[in-house]
Amino acid sequence: MTDHFEDLHDAEGLTADEEKLLDELGLEGESRRRFLGQVGAAGFSVFALQLIAEREAHAAGEVPLEPAAERLPLENAVKVAFKVNGEQRSVTVDSRTTLLDTLRERLDLTGSKKGCDHGQCGACTVIADGRRVLSCLTLAAACEGKDVTTIEGLAKGETLHPMQDAFVKYDAFQCGYCTPGQICSAVALLDEAKRGEASYVTETTGNRPAKLSDDDIRERMSGNICRCGAYPNILKAIKEVHKGEETAATWNFAKPGLLDKEVDDETV
Amino acid sequence: MRPFKYQTASTVKDAVSAASNSEGSKFIAGGTNLVDLMKEDVERPAALIDVSRIDLRQVRSEGDSVVIGAMAKNTDTANHPLVRMNFPLLSQAIFAGASAQIRNMATNGGNLMQRTRCVYFYDTSMPCNKREKGSGCAAKEGLNRMHAIFGWSDGCVAVHPSDMCVALAALDAVVSVEGPGGKTRAIPFSEFHRLPGNDPSRDNTLENGDLITSISIPKNKFAGNSYYLKVRDRASYAFALVSVAAALEIAGGKVKDVRIALGGVAHKPWRAKKGRGVSERKSCDK
Repeated sequence: MTDHFEDLHDAEGLTADEEKLLDELGLEGESRRRFLGQVGAAGFSVFALQLIAEREAHAAGEVPLEPAAERLPLENAVKVAFKVNGEQRSVTVDSRTTLLDTLRERLDLTGSKKGCDHGQCGACTVIADGRRVLSCLTLAAACEGKDVTTIEGLAKGETLHPMQDAFVKYDAFQCGYCTPGQICSAVALLDEAKRGEASYVTETTGNRPAKLSDDDIRERMSGNICRCGAYPNILKAIKEVHKGEETAATWNFAKPGLLDKEVDDETV
Repeated sequence: MRPFKYQTASTVKDAVSAASNSEGSKFIAGGTNLVDLMKEDVERPAALIDVSRIDLRQVRSEGDSVVIGAMAKNTDTANHPLVRMNFPLLSQAIFAGASAQIRNMATNGGNLMQRTRCVYFYDTSMPCNKREKGSGCAAKEGLNRMHAIFGWSDGCVAVHPSDMCVALAALDAVVSVEGPGGKTRAIPFSEFHRLPGNDPSRDNTLENGDLITSISIPKNKFAGNSYYLKVRDRASYAFALVSVAAALEIAGGKVKDVRIALGGVAHKPWRAKKGRGVSERKSCDK
């Protein structure tokens, strides 16, 4: 192995800076070759250990740690396995890591957004075991065995979830940052209503499916803040899915050719 | 957030002994308040003991009381038929607090243990006797329109932020606690939280290693005549400026019993007991 690295170094040659450094260290001839060999072997063994560890983890269906350059020893490592959007995932995290950071930074699910990171805005809302929760205040370590659905898990292939369709139809967002949280929250809200759960506005529904008034939808969605103020359209979107009766869209995306035609009309 | 060790406990006994053996540890269940306080560097536990998986999630009828488990979620408690039927006041108070997401996460035990939302308690650059003994109280001369009216001291004018607890105070609930060595206690709700006095750092009367296991509510005849009114800066998802849990027992056109508890006005849910003598025995048109 030593020879191999010596060959490598010899083959690539040394830069002027490297030559100068070795000269300053007083290394000449045989000792210079020995030094280069040791450095090369030490570097390789660290690299090899990481590679082997990553391959083993990968074979076990685990999410590899962050790239080597960013790697720091985990002080309080917790291994946690849970389902995300129907897929079994396993990660080792620092005990401080929130579910939100795990989803975004480790599982590449960046749909859930970090708004306030203090449980005040709802942008990080995901559905865990059928209940909408705030992923920014949930420790990943506490998610062992849970079943988490994020905005990425709502559509079926290319077919959007009815709530996603309704948000598009009613233009229920402007900048879109709060939207993944709004939609996850709204999807879970309708399940809560189906189960007959009450709210501060509908005090009792006697476990019958709750028919939600506009005020009740507003109350039940109060954990999701929209700084663009798209509330009226969010309400319309949720109402339509709740009632299950589609109303005609008041606007549509322009179809190819439509804009050309209008331009033609104007120029005529 | 500072580093901490994380462990889960599957029984009350395990949790209590883990807490007794681990200095600077805290129990965590829903985490909605504790995780936030840790992010703000207000709480700095060396270890977290996750108690959310302990089987204390039932709501059940037991003799003349309804017992709600400490680990039952706020949402499940508020929607439970036994609670809705017997204590609509409690359901209402729970629904008046926080947001749907937070109520789905928060447990009943955790609701009792949540800390004040005084801005100076959260701001580690400001003096606060509750956070740092002897540092002073910035709220006394600062932003304090949501602070205590009753029972405050020179050292602290913070209020307890819970809505659920206001209803529990009105309903004369009893908190069951298990401590080191398996010692159990039943604490009347009015004695659970404390006034700030000379030691605002202590919110309640629990000792180190004590874990809330359940809350028991004696059945009563208030169900048809109770209401939780909350006054706040916006229609939903805001802490109370003031709130009132009020309940009447009416028999034969006369008021037989009155319960009034106030929220957002003191370091603990405030029972207005003087109201009782005045209103009782008065006849009323229902």
